[in-house]
Amino acid sequence: MKTVLSLRNVTHYFGGLRAVNNFNIDLPEGALWGLIGPNGAGKTTIFNLITGVYKPTEGKILFEGKDITGLKSHIIVDKGIARTFQNLRIFNELTVIDNIRVAKHFKADYKITDSILRTKKFYNEERRIKEEAYNLLKIFGLQGRMNNLAKHLPYGELRKLEIARALATKPKLLLLDEPAAGMNPREVVSLMELIHSIRDIFNLTILLVEHQMRVVMGICERIKVMDFGETIAEGNPDAIRNDRKVIEAYLGSEGGRC
Amino acid sequence: MRLKRDIKFLLYCLIFYIVIFSLNRYQIIINDYILNIINLSLVYVILTVSLNLINGFTGQFSIGHMGFAAVGAYISGVLTTIIWKINPSNPLNYFLFFIALIIGSIASGLIGFLLGLPTLRLRGDYLAIVTLGFGEIIRTIINNIDYVGGPRGLLGIPKFSNFTVIFIITIISVLVIRNIVFSTHGRAFKSIREDQVASELVGVNTTKYKVYAFTIGAFFAGLAGGLLCHLLQIAHPTQYGFLGTIFVLIMVYAGGMGSISGSIIAAFGLTFLSEGLRFLLRWIDDITPTFTVGIEWRMVVYSALLIIIMLYRNEGLMGKREFKILIPEEEE
Repeated sequence: MKTVLSLRNVTHYFGGLRAVNNFNIDLPEGALWGLIGPNGAGKTTIFNLITGVYKPTEGKILFEGKDITGLKSHIIVDKGIARTFQNLRIFNELTVIDNIRVAKHFKADYKITDSILRTKKFYNEERRIKEEAYNLLKIFGLQGRMNNLAKHLPYGELRKLEIARALATKPKLLLLDEPAAGMNPREVVSLMELIHSIRDIFNLTILLVEHQMRVVMGICERIKVMDFGETIAEGNPDAIRNDRKVIEAYLGSEGGRC
Repeated sequence: MRLKRDIKFLLYCLIFYIVIFSLNRYQIIINDYILNIINLSLVYVILTVSLNLINGFTGQFSIGHMGFAAVGAYISGVLTTIIWKINPSNPLNYFLFFIALIIGSIASGLIGFLLGLPTLRLRGDYLAIVTLGFGEIIRTIINNIDYVGGPRGLLGIPKFSNFTVIFIITIISVLVIRNIVFSTHGRAFKSIREDQVASELVGVNTTKYKVYAFTIGAFFAGLAGGLLCHLLQIAHPTQYGFLGTIFVLIMVYAGGMGSISGSIIAAFGLTFLSEGLRFLLRWIDDITPTFTVGIEWRMVVYSALLIIIMLYRNEGLMGKREFKILIPEEEE
């Protein structure tokens, strides 16, 4: 199977602190993998490295075989990697549909002169963007809210909107950073179904960071466990569940590792 | 069908124009003094809307706007007054005047572009300090060039800016900026204001768009500057100092950060208030013989006004809303 994303010996320092050490992953096409670990393990840092928010101190990041290490974020998005955020980063003062349309921005094929003069090209492109945005909102059941300001949406719908916005960039790889954070058990179940179905609808490869074990164990095919920037285990959910190192990282060891 | 609302908007503008023009013709209510204030208000509309594009829509804090206006004013002023020595008696000279305006605006936009490239990586307070410094640098440079009059100012500028010219240019400027705001580029601006990191991560080249906003804002500031000096027939360094920018900034805040409609109302309201205060302060001065109340007290009123706005209606008069007439139909 084709590899979509590869991280090779990626190491990242914040000053003297080693946040990620020698991280490797080969994500095959169509996979749904999970990345777990206690707080401060370096999971979100991995996402920030992949999406170009930080530049790795050492190592290489390959997307579809091409080196994307150190590229600017918007170029990486253009290449086909989209993400959501652990703490929601919604454009609060924009309407729901505008949140989606911003993500279609770099695919809009008209220039600033077209918008000033309102050329035919402008109208055609705007119509296309609006249609696509509407269809996307429909998949998430948000079409009724499209003209509301995003800040007026309840929390669960904001989570959905953020995923929809990431999908609007037409990614090949979707990075979900704790999508279930702050959701109640019932919302979590419907979110899991949603993640499964969007993978099939949009032909995606998904990498997921999550705290809640039931989400990761429930939907991920393979799981990587991190602690203090190190990869401590890797395998399918069952193997991870019984891994001694993982249990130690989450619950502490029996002998009492002071 | 698609142009209907825009045509309605232009129609309203035309009615406004005809009413003002004919009232002034027969000196009913609108005497030349009032017409001058209207002209001034229209120039301030351009200044406010263009600053709103940078501060309100894109969320960058620029306080050097009058520096850009100065560039436009002095370049177009020097062209018409010193180099070409043209005057409005020959209608053909208006053509040259427009060229002078455009040259001034482009120069101003170019400086905005050059200033934006290195500085727009800065955020918030730091950008504010750089733009503040820029405005003062421009002012100081002008103060020290004898060719343009130095501290005496550039005098004897021909009065090309009449009501018709200013009105048409203002309408065009407002519509251009409105068309930019309601497009994918405008949405890119707004997303930068809302959350720059998220904006970058949904594919917006944030640095490029900040430079865009800055360049467009500077271009229109230069245009307004050119109109202003051909209206007042003088360009003076003090007009383009920090206080001038603050005056425009108050209009932006009072009207609403991110509302073109608000900027238009505030530009008119505060320009008229400014002239009204002139009379009020003179009257207070007359009835209080023991101490003088100078015209400078206007700034005290403005500052108080700004504090009141920030306390009781911090989103400004219009918030981020627009009049329906200014929203393009395809947005609904």
